[in-house]
Amino acid sequence: MGNLSWNVKSKYIHQLAEKGERQDKRDMYKYREIDIEPNYIDNALGSARVKIGETDIVAGLSFDVGDPYSDSPDKGVIITNNELGPIASPEFESGPPREDSIELSRVVDRGIRESGALDLKELCIEEREKVWLIFLDIHILDYNGNLFDASELALTTALKHGHLPKYEDEKIHHKEEGEKIPLKKLPIENTFAKIGDKIMLDPCLEEEKSLDARITFSTTEDGLCAVQKGGSGSFTQEEVMKHLEKSFDHAEELRKQIP
Amino acid sequence: MTELIKNGKRQDDRKPEEMRDLSIEAGVLKRADGSAYLEWGSNKVIAGVFGPQKCIPQHISNPYKAILKFRYNMAPFSVDDRKRPGPDRRSTEISKVSKEALESALILRHFPNTMIEIFVEVLQAAAGTRCASLTAASVALADAGVPMKDMVAACAAGKIGDEVVLDLAKEEDNAGKADVPIAIKPKSGDIVLLQMDGDLTPEEFDETLSLAKEGCMKVSEEQQKALQEKYEMEEGE
Repeated sequence: MGNLSWNVKSKYIHQLAEKGERQDKRDMYKYREIDIEPNYIDNALGSARVKIGETDIVAGLSFDVGDPYSDSPDKGVIITNNELGPIASPEFESGPPREDSIELSRVVDRGIRESGALDLKELCIEEREKVWLIFLDIHILDYNGNLFDASELALTTALKHGHLPKYEDEKIHHKEEGEKIPLKKLPIENTFAKIGDKIMLDPCLEEEKSLDARITFSTTEDGLCAVQKGGSGSFTQEEVMKHLEKSFDHAEELRKQIP
Repeated sequence: MTELIKNGKRQDDRKPEEMRDLSIEAGVLKRADGSAYLEWGSNKVIAGVFGPQKCIPQHISNPYKAILKFRYNMAPFSVDDRKRPGPDRRSTEISKVSKEALESALILRHFPNTMIEIFVEVLQAAAGTRCASLTAASVALADAGVPMKDMVAACAAGKIGDEVVLDLAKEEDNAGKADVPIAIKPKSGDIVLLQMDGDLTPEEFDETLSLAKEGCMKVSEEQQKALQEKYEMEEGE
C-alpha cells in the first residue's frame, strides 16, 4: 500500500477512470465474463463454482440439526463464512485481512437473510426443539476483486440447486438427498467502485485497491434488501439512487445466467 | 403487539421525523488526547482518541499518511442479554465502516508513519449505537485537535409500519421493516457511511436517505455545540 510502484499504478487507474476507461478496456457498467457451475462438489448437497473474470470461488453447503434461537423458535439457522486463504492472493499470506473477511461474510449473509429468500420456517423440524442449520461456506481460490458479487452468486446458485439431507429417526443421512432447499427468491449483489468521481461496475483487484469508495446493492426480483458502502471516500445521494436503478438491471442480467 | 406507529405518533410519543434527545460533551477523559461522551435516547457512549502517535506495529505504518484504528466495543452490561466481552463479527464490521467513514474527513497526510487510535465504548445500548459512536468519535477527534476537513455526523432513518421515520428506537428497530444508518460530512452532504437492511422500494429508500441526512444535520449542530462549550469552559479557567 505504501509501495511506490503501486502508487504509480493507482495513479494510472485514476487517470484512465477520468477518461471513462478501464485497464481491461471494459465499459464502465459491464461485468467481466461470468461462469457459473452448479453442483460442483459431489460430496456437498449444494455447491457452485463461480468465476467473474479471474476471480474464482467455490461455495458449498453443509447441514446439521440443532437448537433454534430462543427468539425465533420456529426458524432454521444459516451461518455464513468465508476463507480468504493464502492460495487466493499473496496479500492473504502475511496475516489475513480479518475485517475484510468478516465484512464479506456479513454482507452476503444479509443479502440472503434480509431478502427473506430462504424460508427459514420451512427449515424448522420441531418447534423449539429442532431446526436445520445450514452452513454457507465460501472458499476463495483466486482473488481478482469483487468477492461480494461472486460470493452471493455462488451461494444463490448453491441454494437454488441444493437439497437438504434426508432426516430419519433423528439421524441425518448426509449422502442422501432430501427435500429441496426452500429458496423463494434469487438474491443478487452488484458492486460499484468510485475512482475519483467516476463510478464503475464490478471492480477488478487493482481497481478495488485504487478505489475511493465502494457500494454494494443486494436485490431480489422483488426489490432492495441490503446496502453496504465501503472505502474512505463518499457518495452523493444522487449517485446512490442512480446506481441503485442500474443495480436492478444488472441483477436481472446475473439472475438470468444462473442455470 | 401494539402498533409501532399510530395516528402519526410513535410508541415514545415522537413524530415520524423527530429524533430522540441527544446531548454531547467534549473532553471528558483525562488520559486521552481527545474524548466525548454522548447520550442519545437511552444510548450512552464514550469515545477516546489517542494520537497521532508512533505506529505500532511499525510494519503497518504508511509513509504517506497516518493510519486510523477504530475500535467499537460494547460493554457486557450494555444490552439485556450479557454480551460476551471482546470483539465479535458485528463489532468488527462496525469498526471497519466507521473507520472508513472518518478517513475522508481527516487530513491524514500531515502525519506520515503515525497512527491515530479511536476507542468507543458503548455503555448502554438502545438501537443506533453505530451512529452514536461515530458521532462521538468525530467530536473526540476534533477535541484531540486532529486536523479535519469536516466533521462526520451520523443518524439512521428507517421504516416502521408504512412510514419512513427518523432515528429508530429499540422496539422499532427490532420490529420495523428497514433500518438505514448513514453518516455524512455536513458541509457537502456527501455520504461517508451507508448501510441498509430490510425491505424498501427505491422511492422509500430515497426518502429514507433524505430524512436521515436531515437527522445528520441536527446531529452536526449538537457536535458543534459540544465543542464550543468545551472551548468556552477552557476560556473560563
